[in-house]
Amino acid sequence: MLGKEEIAKRIAKEVKDGYYVNLGIGIPTLVANYVRTDIAVEFQSENGVLGMGPFPFDGEEDADVINAGKQTITTLPGASFFDSAFSFGMIRSKHVDLTILGAMEVAENGDIANWKIPGKMVKGMGGAMDLVASAENIIVAMMHVNKAGESKILKKCTLPLTGVGCVKKVVTELAVLEITSKGFKLLERAPGVSVEHIIAATEAQLIIEGEIPEMAID
Amino acid sequence: MINKKVNSVTEALQGIEDGQTIMLGGFGLCGIPENSIAELVKKDVRNLTCISNNAGVDDFGLGLLLQKRQIKKMISSYVGENAEFERQMLSGELEVELTPQGTLAEKCRAAQAGIPAFFTPAGYGTEVAEGKESREFNGKMHIMEEAYKADFAIVKAWKGDEAGNLIFKGTARNFNAPMAGAGRITIAEVEELLPVGSLDPNEIHIPGILVQRIFKGEKFEKRIEQRTVRKK
Repeated sequence: MLGKEEIAKRIAKEVKDGYYVNLGIGIPTLVANYVRTDIAVEFQSENGVLGMGPFPFDGEEDADVINAGKQTITTLPGASFFDSAFSFGMIRSKHVDLTILGAMEVAENGDIANWKIPGKMVKGMGGAMDLVASAENIIVAMMHVNKAGESKILKKCTLPLTGVGCVKKVVTELAVLEITSKGFKLLERAPGVSVEHIIAATEAQLIIEGEIPEMAID
Repeated sequence: MINKKVNSVTEALQGIEDGQTIMLGGFGLCGIPENSIAELVKKDVRNLTCISNNAGVDDFGLGLLLQKRQIKKMISSYVGENAEFERQMLSGELEVELTPQGTLAEKCRAAQAGIPAFFTPAGYGTEVAEGKESREFNGKMHIMEEAYKADFAIVKAWKGDEAGNLIFKGTARNFNAPMAGAGRITIAEVEELLPVGSLDPNEIHIPGILVQRIFKGEKFEKRIEQRTVRKK
């Protein structure tokens, strides 16, 4: 079973040379730490920066330079700042190649829910609805089951939707799943996790073809 | 030069009344018009509708107006950082319209640009689309969103001149740029207010035509919400 850092490591392998990438809050933010250093990748944050770098050194933080998680950041050579309308313009017009975000539920038709639990948690959708509606390539980083042990990989989402038919790939602590026109296809399993374990932890039907390889993390 | 300079925040905020709709720039606590917010608290205007991406934290930003129950309705995309907000919303004291962030930004920009409405795919198939016209373009479904109508837009910039020209710093540009000119009257509070001719016209982010009143903020706390650093 993978930890959060290992989920991020596995997703980092999906980031290709020349990609502009938007990272959501939580596990997705960690992905930046594991992208190969021999390829050119720029990170976009929807509050208005391209070319995000690491956190600043202690004492060098600037209240005017933050990411969408409101964390202080730095910029790399070649970076640019822009306003929020412009930022979502480049997202809508598909100039951002890959979006990585978290989810509470994903369904076999690619629907995603990650912004609201009616009556309990209402924080808002932030930029998630805009990102999932426009991105060509969306990878979800999430836990396979919730704290009560119930599957979050479903036939149909039960929570209010963030977007419809948009998710392409899901990486969890147990597996890598691809969303095909026929539903979830099991691509890889976490080291030491059996196919049976994944089936038991998944409410949706899984398409399983041949031997399922273990994820390569390092 | 048409002079937009006013001498105090009190003068800048003249005409703001109970029940009005006010846009306020900023993302989280980054780039919020903190001097104007403090003045709104002092003025004690009530029943406001506030359009702002976030609602501040409990004791800073729009959280200060929420504490005093000056806000009737909040239009935002993300409000997770404010416990008092969540309490007022869940108890029904506060009306809340949650809007996807890109849509919120574009509804401001549309108002700034004189466009009454636009189509976006964001929110299609979700509760955000309820009651809105939807239409297919290039094989994809979109929903129609209308430009905001606000009495005042209050933005914060780094540098400005007496003609109302504005330059922002870093990610503090955020909603401040698309909100400038998106209200009937736009008020800009700036860290540095310079005489005309001091700013290079090539570097102006927002031209003064969109700004009716500009003033130098007395004090900027610039609070950081998530101080994340690494060791040297």
